[in-house]
Amino acid sequence: MRNIFNYVDRPSPIHRLTGATKLVCLLLWSFAAMSTYDTRLLVFLTLLSLVLFALSRIRFSDVSFLVSFMAAFMVLNNVLIFVFSPQHGVTLYGSSHPLLSLGGQYVITREQLFYHLNLVLKYFATIPIVLLFVCTTNPSEFAASLNRIGIRYTVAYSVALALRYIPDIQKNYHEISQAQQARGIEMSRKQNLVKRLKSAAAILIPLILSSMDRIEVVSNAMELRGFGKGKKRTWYMGRPFRPADILAMVFCALLLAAAIALNVLNGGRFWNPFR
Amino acid sequence: MKNSPVKTIVSIGIGAALFFVLGRFVAIPSPVPNTSICIQYGLLAFMAVLFGPLAGALIGLIGHFLIDLSWGYGIWWSWVICSGIFGLLMGFAGKKIRLEDGTFGGKEIAIFNIAQVIAHLICWVVVAPILDIVMYAEPANKVFLQGLVGGVSNIVTTAIIGTLLCIAYAASKPKKGSLKEEK
Amino acid sequence: MKDITEREPIIEFRDFGFQYNAQAEPTLKGIDLQIRKGEKVLIAGPSGCGKSTLAHCINGLIPFAYRGTITGSVTVRGRETKDLSIFALSRTVGTVLQDSDGQFIGLTVAEDIAFALENDCVQEPELHDRVLKAAAAVGIDTHLLNAPDQLSGGQKQRVAMAGVMVDDVEVFLFDEPLANLDPATGKSAMELIDEIHDRTGAAVIIIEHRLEDVLHRSMDRIVLMNEGRIIADMDPDTLLSGELLRNHGIREPLYVTALKYAGVRVTPELKPSSIRSLRLGPEEKQKVLDWYRRTPPRPAPPPRPVLLKAEDVTFSYDGRRETLSHISLEIFRGESLAIVGTNGAGKSTFSKVVCGFEKHQSGTLCFTGLDWPSLSLKERADHVGYVMQNPNQMISKPMIFDEVAMGLRNRNVPEEEIRPRVEQALKTCGLWPFRNWPVSALSFGQKKRVTIASILVLEPEIIILDEPTAGQDYRHYTEIMEFLRELNARGVTVVMITHDMHLMLEYAERSVVFSQGRVLADDSSAAILTDPDLVRRASLKETSLYDLALLCGIDEPKEFVRRFIDYEREAYRS
Repeated sequence: MRNIFNYVDRPSPIHRLTGATKLVCLLLWSFAAMSTYDTRLLVFLTLLSLVLFALSRIRFSDVSFLVSFMAAFMVLNNVLIFVFSPQHGVTLYGSSHPLLSLGGQYVITREQLFYHLNLVLKYFATIPIVLLFVCTTNPSEFAASLNRIGIRYTVAYSVALALRYIPDIQKNYHEISQAQQARGIEMSRKQNLVKRLKSAAAILIPLILSSMDRIEVVSNAMELRGFGKGKKRTWYMGRPFRPADILAMVFCALLLAAAIALNVLNGGRFWNPFR
Repeated sequence: MKNSPVKTIVSIGIGAALFFVLGRFVAIPSPVPNTSICIQYGLLAFMAVLFGPLAGALIGLIGHFLIDLSWGYGIWWSWVICSGIFGLLMGFAGKKIRLEDGTFGGKEIAIFNIAQVIAHLICWVVVAPILDIVMYAEPANKVFLQGLVGGVSNIVTTAIIGTLLCIAYAASKPKKGSLKEEK
Repeated sequence: MKDITEREPIIEFRDFGFQYNAQAEPTLKGIDLQIRKGEKVLIAGPSGCGKSTLAHCINGLIPFAYRGTITGSVTVRGRETKDLSIFALSRTVGTVLQDSDGQFIGLTVAEDIAFALENDCVQEPELHDRVLKAAAAVGIDTHLLNAPDQLSGGQKQRVAMAGVMVDDVEVFLFDEPLANLDPATGKSAMELIDEIHDRTGAAVIIIEHRLEDVLHRSMDRIVLMNEGRIIADMDPDTLLSGELLRNHGIREPLYVTALKYAGVRVTPELKPSSIRSLRLGPEEKQKVLDWYRRTPPRPAPPPRPVLLKAEDVTFSYDGRRETLSHISLEIFRGESLAIVGTNGAGKSTFSKVVCGFEKHQSGTLCFTGLDWPSLSLKERADHVGYVMQNPNQMISKPMIFDEVAMGLRNRNVPEEEIRPRVEQALKTCGLWPFRNWPVSALSFGQKKRVTIASILVLEPEIIILDEPTAGQDYRHYTEIMEFLRELNARGVTVVMITHDMHLMLEYAERSVVFSQGRVLADDSSAAILTDPDLVRRASLKETSLYDLALLCGIDEPKEFVRRFIDYEREAYRS
């Protein structure tokens, strides 16, 4: 399971922050990056996230797989946007500086390129932070963190349970699918779509029905050990906030404030250099 | 159905784990090259009908959030939220279906599928694109078409996998009746 | 120390009955039972006798999680359980469930042990201290940061024990603690339970049907249940001297059966509750010796042709640790073979490699008359069938007929050919009377047969079964195994992956012992279980028949075991 979420256990200042702090920072940061299209702030966030990345002692090799996947996603999304809406930048920025015509409405404008640049910057401003969160937060701390930021502990614990049972279910799925394939279930392209989905159901049905039995066992085990008796509970993996935690959260809150302030100053979410 | 609160919590946890495993590791090749079909919504619809709107919403939110987190491409909040809304809506629809008692016949199949078509359309053709426009300022025609393609594909998988799961679950509930051994 | 019978009772049932809401009949009837402080009580009985329901009534799952009607009274420390809560009860009664995976809730060992304390809002540093103390008490303190998938079954059970020990409970309730453990681990689990009992002074209640294995350490009393009632409540020596166990579907220890075959009158004075406490006089020993001499040895089975041959097979899941390391073995046509070893020894992985679920990295597999490596997963299944341990993980169709027909339909066999083949498989598996039933109406054992039928319908030469009798009581165990024996007699080669020693002794001509990815031994089952050195290295347990043979001065213990098994088979048939 640790490898699914790619937690890298290598002490660093970022690792020392509590999970709750990192979760709050992740939320504040991603809302800041999401709300603004101010190129200057996005560049700043991008640079800062790269610095933080270096600080966390995460190596590129730790995340290379995730990065290549994300690059593909980014390219695809940009291409799609251009194909569907080559003049989106012109609409957004209210001016048109054509550079090259590809025929029809497909005219490359400086506005469109600038819009794409902002889109890409948005990825660069958020993704390192998400990776940072994933790589430096022990999954065990996750539920405690959610509870810390005000989510009811019962709901927070359901996240812990999901993390706990993902490896088991994955293993189960694998075994069931092998046994069903031996009986002739196929999901390859050789079959038509409906048939493929029915084959999938032949694997899913035993998987899910046996998981329903598991729900019963687990909830009995939890009740027998006192889950749900109080309004609160403590967490073995919870850690107290230290000054660095407060500092990090305040800083991220300021980032969000800056993003909102810029939106007001720019009179909208876009910083427009064409005006 | 009446569940203890602890059982609901556990069903959310295990439901989200199932949603994650199906969404992350189970790829069914789709007719379009290099793409695969999300089958986890069939599961989500089934779990929501069985365990109610709160469980449905949280299974969708947590499961989808964990999938995004594990891919590392950032959290695509608009779609995470829509998975939650789909679970919520199916949870409400589930109040009309007494799946726990083992009844899932023609009438229930119809309710289930009408509900899932409406819920998917609301999520992927209305809410998700609007959120994409508001949150990410993406062009409207692109996000609506994306939503339509995603929505239709989810409707098809839910119709087949969700319905089959509900039928199988209903059949797995022992019914009192007059089964006789035959010679 | 006061005599146990004078101590005050912690748990007391008085004319107690319980009926689940969904059931037409009460599951428990007229229960009168006292558990006193510091007592060790074994509750035994066949499946469906109500022993698990009784456990639920003690720990509060009844009436707080399962609804039903209660009659009479059950008190814990003098208070009616229905006036308490499941949480209050959990302070007195600590439950260790059968499914140690299901009970493992935390992401790591430490978190799981801490679970009850967290729910009690215990603060630091007390929280860490108490976790460490409980972990040390069960010897799991060096694994605190491990995730459940890095632990063996025995270790998970230790975590479960630590998880209830963190609260100073007065009663430990173990629900089938031996069900998922290999014999050596089961033995040390019983020793650990005994040790915890001595140190904490808490009462211990064990629910099990594997009597002989529980009695590895002494018990104060055995409560025998059947059909919702208590049949007997007495000390082990007295119970083992009578015929009650046999009559109520519980297997008595093998050495007791052997003594009875030899005509020894088993009395409480012989102290039959454990092979170590057993006192035999010269007269009794002579009787056993005489019986041994007059029981004819069975002729050796005829040599059989090789059907499947593995040579130097090596396999690794991650490219680093070899799960199978240079495995060479042969499977002969028409034999019954047991593959034994601890969890993680590689026995399941080996069968997956044979079936083509996993691809081995080096070595060769030959199936007589076929080009085995070129066959796909699906094609191999026509020759080697694999039955999973849990039938619920295989069944995907609501109706029995469709489930059995699935493999044929996926192979595009014409429907008019499918019907007779499915019907034949259903008849072979004794499911003919149920052919039009939904799967959900069947018992666990019957579902197991459905999965076997669904494999048999493909007419494989070899059928591999993973733990064919897991979770079954003696009657169902015998039913399934006798069915497999018939199948074997019809010429199907039967391979059983198991850590049940009775099973390998009684139903496998030959056993292959796996240990850490290697073949440790390949011999007759009787020979393996009477070789103390091998038994130790393979985490098995010597059969008590071996000790009995030594006790009676029989110089060929292996031969004694073999003759006992043959004799018993004849006795069962007649």
